[in-house]
Amino acid sequence: MMDALFFYFFAALVLGGAIFTVTRRNAVHSAISLIVSLIGVAGLYLLQQAEFLFAVQIVLYVGGIMVLFLFVIMLVNLDQAAKQRQFNRQWWIALVCVAAVGVEIAYFVRKGAGSFHVPQAPPGPVAATAAAGNTEQIATMLFSQYLLPFEIASVLLLVAVVGSVVMAKKRI
Amino acid sequence: MNFLDQIWLIPLFPLCGAALMLLFGKFLDPQPPSAVAIAPGVEHTHDDHDADHHHHGHTHDHAHEHVTGHDHGHHGGGLKTLVSLLCPGMVLLSFIWSAGAVFQLANSPEHSHQVIQFTWLAGMPFHMADGRLAIFSADWGFLLDPLSSVMILVVTGIGFLIHVYSTGYMAHDNGFYRFFGYLNLFVFFMLMLVLANNYALLFVGWEGVGLCSYLLIGFYFHKKSAGDAGKKAFVVNRVGDAGFILGMLLMFSVLGTVKFVDVNQILRSGHFTAETAGFGTLSAMALLLFIGATGKSAQFPLYVWLPDAMEGPTPVSALIHAATMVTAGVYMVARSSALFQLTPQTSTIVAVVGAFTAILAASIALVQNDIKRVLAYSTVSQLGYMFLALGVGAYWVAVFHLFTHAFFKALLFLGSGSVIHAVGGEQDMRRMGALKDKIPITHWTMFVASLAIAGIPGLAGFFSKDEILWQAYSSKQGSNALYGIGLLTAGLTAFYMWRLMYMTFYGKSRVAPEVEAHIHESPASMTVPLTALAIGSVLVGWLGTPKLWGFTGWFHGFEQWLEPSFASAAVEAAKEGAHDASTEWILMAVSVAFAVIGIFIARFCYHLRPEIPGAIEARCGPVHRTLSNKWYVDELYDFLFVNGFAKGGGTVLGAFDRNVIDGGVNGAGWLTRFSSLVSIWWDTWIVDGTVRLTSLIVKLSSYPVRIVQTGRVQAYALFVVVGALAFFGYYLAR
Amino acid sequence: MGPVTTTHYVALSAALLLIGTIGVLTRRNIVIVLMSIELILNAVNINLIAFSHSFGDVNGQIFAIFVITDAVAEAAVGLGILIALFRNKETVLADEVDLLKW
Repeated sequence: MMDALFFYFFAALVLGGAIFTVTRRNAVHSAISLIVSLIGVAGLYLLQQAEFLFAVQIVLYVGGIMVLFLFVIMLVNLDQAAKQRQFNRQWWIALVCVAAVGVEIAYFVRKGAGSFHVPQAPPGPVAATAAAGNTEQIATMLFSQYLLPFEIASVLLLVAVVGSVVMAKKRI
Repeated sequence: MNFLDQIWLIPLFPLCGAALMLLFGKFLDPQPPSAVAIAPGVEHTHDDHDADHHHHGHTHDHAHEHVTGHDHGHHGGGLKTLVSLLCPGMVLLSFIWSAGAVFQLANSPEHSHQVIQFTWLAGMPFHMADGRLAIFSADWGFLLDPLSSVMILVVTGIGFLIHVYSTGYMAHDNGFYRFFGYLNLFVFFMLMLVLANNYALLFVGWEGVGLCSYLLIGFYFHKKSAGDAGKKAFVVNRVGDAGFILGMLLMFSVLGTVKFVDVNQILRSGHFTAETAGFGTLSAMALLLFIGATGKSAQFPLYVWLPDAMEGPTPVSALIHAATMVTAGVYMVARSSALFQLTPQTSTIVAVVGAFTAILAASIALVQNDIKRVLAYSTVSQLGYMFLALGVGAYWVAVFHLFTHAFFKALLFLGSGSVIHAVGGEQDMRRMGALKDKIPITHWTMFVASLAIAGIPGLAGFFSKDEILWQAYSSKQGSNALYGIGLLTAGLTAFYMWRLMYMTFYGKSRVAPEVEAHIHESPASMTVPLTALAIGSVLVGWLGTPKLWGFTGWFHGFEQWLEPSFASAAVEAAKEGAHDASTEWILMAVSVAFAVIGIFIARFCYHLRPEIPGAIEARCGPVHRTLSNKWYVDELYDFLFVNGFAKGGGTVLGAFDRNVIDGGVNGAGWLTRFSSLVSIWWDTWIVDGTVRLTSLIVKLSSYPVRIVQTGRVQAYALFVVVGALAFFGYYLAR
Repeated sequence: MGPVTTTHYVALSAALLLIGTIGVLTRRNIVIVLMSIELILNAVNINLIAFSHSFGDVNGQIFAIFVITDAVAEAAVGLGILIALFRNKETVLADEVDLLKW
């Protein structure tokens, strides 16, 4: 019961924040709404017993990316943009298409709702790993099975750093 | 040697002379060609236009020579002598050969000799009028029979005398060699004409003498009047030639042949009946041939060229327009006597035309003041007599008159040339007079000739003219009216000839003073031919004395000689009708009386009382003007034909040229431009259009594809979503 | 309302995805577009975590870690591009960046 309540609460945060993000004229308002939405997502992670990700979400997403967004919003003078028309000309086609996609997804979800039931057989491994704790589990997997993707991800971050420095420099 | 078989030499001699002269004469003639060719002995002060400009430096020399008495004939040196010997020599050779041939002919049994050289017009079969098949051919052949023998003797004999005369007369002229070349050429063509054995070859000579006449009339080509006269002669002759050609072709069609011997044979064989009733094919044929004769022999209405032809040098007038060329028509009609005998209608036309021409020309001659014009009209009048004779069926009489006329008319012309030479180029009789003591030989020879032409008994003209008048009266074809006209003309002839004599030689001298000092007799080269012709004028008449006079033998030689040509016996028999001797004596006396009266009237008016002509002229002004203006015939022709054809034709042809020819050219231009327009249109719209069409298709088909590239990222993102939609939709639909 | 099952999470994830998509397609301001992209990535993450919890498998969470890593990298580079764009064109509106138009 509490589960559901928290779920709905965090869900409302997420969706509300999302809607406000998409519809605000002022970019800072959008950013704040996004922060709210991301915090809601973090809460949902926690509900799903993904503590590590909850922490990562808060630290990285909210504390890193959103701060970055806010810095950029400040750098870029958006006063002029705020006075402009906010929605582009293709908005109603986009709305229709997205609605159609939504209808399709709803249909899929409806159709496949029953298949989400996983047989309760494997609580064993869960139990075994549950004892280890979420972070240890992730660490174990990450540094053994997913070592290569981990290294590649670090290279990716390096590339991203270099790229963003290059992009943002005044003179190359 | 056989003169008869080589009669082709007779025309060949003068042809050689002509060829030598015309091809190489430039090198023989020492006189520079740039000098103006003018009448001999002309004082440059008299002459009008260009002579003065060219010869101003020369005038003095010439005048000097006149004063000192220049020597004729040695002007220009030895080369001129060569020409003077060569050309008359050629004609002399022809004369000798002709004499020989005639002599041999006289001794041969059948009095007719035909020599065929080669086939000239190759045969081509054709259908005659009555359906039979005949061959269109003519050969280059010569026929010597009594008629042509008379002609060749006249042509070569009198031609030779005139050549000799010309060596003296033309001595001062430029173009000496050219003159003799043309003269020899003329003799050649005339001999071809009279020696031909068929009408086609006769026509070759016919055309040739016409050509030489044009060349010689226009000899002084620097004068416009001479060139015009030459053209007039040629064109008027051409009108007649058209008739001749038609007649010849009709003859081909009806008779199938044009050879004289064959034609005469067919016509006299009785195959054709005489067309007494109406105008049939034969009459048409005869009439067409006569039209040709009209042009060549200067009868009405084609006589207008002969007076103008006096622009040529005087020897030319003597030879061509008195003795020979103009008699070609008479010869041709005489040759066709068999045809004319069968066609009384045409013969009547011939006689009427001849008589009318005779009196018309005589009336004009009455008031002419140029000595040569009088003689020209006299020639036309005498030719009218010849045709009158032909028309009434007296063929041998016409030829006889031709024969005698050749003598005294040539003599008159040469004499007038001598007179003109003596008075330094003056041709107007009103500025002559009292010349008889100054140029005695000329005077006496012309005296003889004038008596002869007037018809004084004993001289040549009397016999022939009297015979014509008698035939006009008594022949079956003749009539009193024709006789009357002939008689009147005889009177007029006597009058105007002696008017000429009195005005020229007698009375007070009206000669211009500066000329008077230089009047002199002509050189021997000119006077000897005059004398020879005078002797001829006296004697030759005796070859044709009237039967009435009772002489026999040689005194009827002419008629007897020509008998085989005309089958004269038949003619004679038909003619000796109901007229007896006394009528003939009376008529003879009447004609002589007319002649004598004419002479005395002339003497009265021009010698004794010279003021009378002026008074008559004042009283009968209109009549005098009409006669003086030649009955305005030239003006009428000018209006009808020259202006009509020239201007009307010019208009028509001008319109044709502008509209049809230029229209064609313009049309071609328009067509080119139009086709270029079509080409442009094709190129612009079809060819370029195809290219542009392909590009348009590409553009149109690329447009929907192109507008997808908006450049906006969000549009692309939309496409991604739409793609995802479609992707899901596919699975949905499955 | 029954107990919260995985289906709810999937539905939530789908809704968030759709909202994010609308934001990407509709907004002119590029900053907002980038934020909408973050929304989409988060929607994916929610989905992954839900199923990871449902299957008891930790692979899903590791995947989600990598997704977050990518999102970070992409956000950094994207914002760098935005700054470069703003410096050159003086605009942050996506409509006005259409130089590659036909």
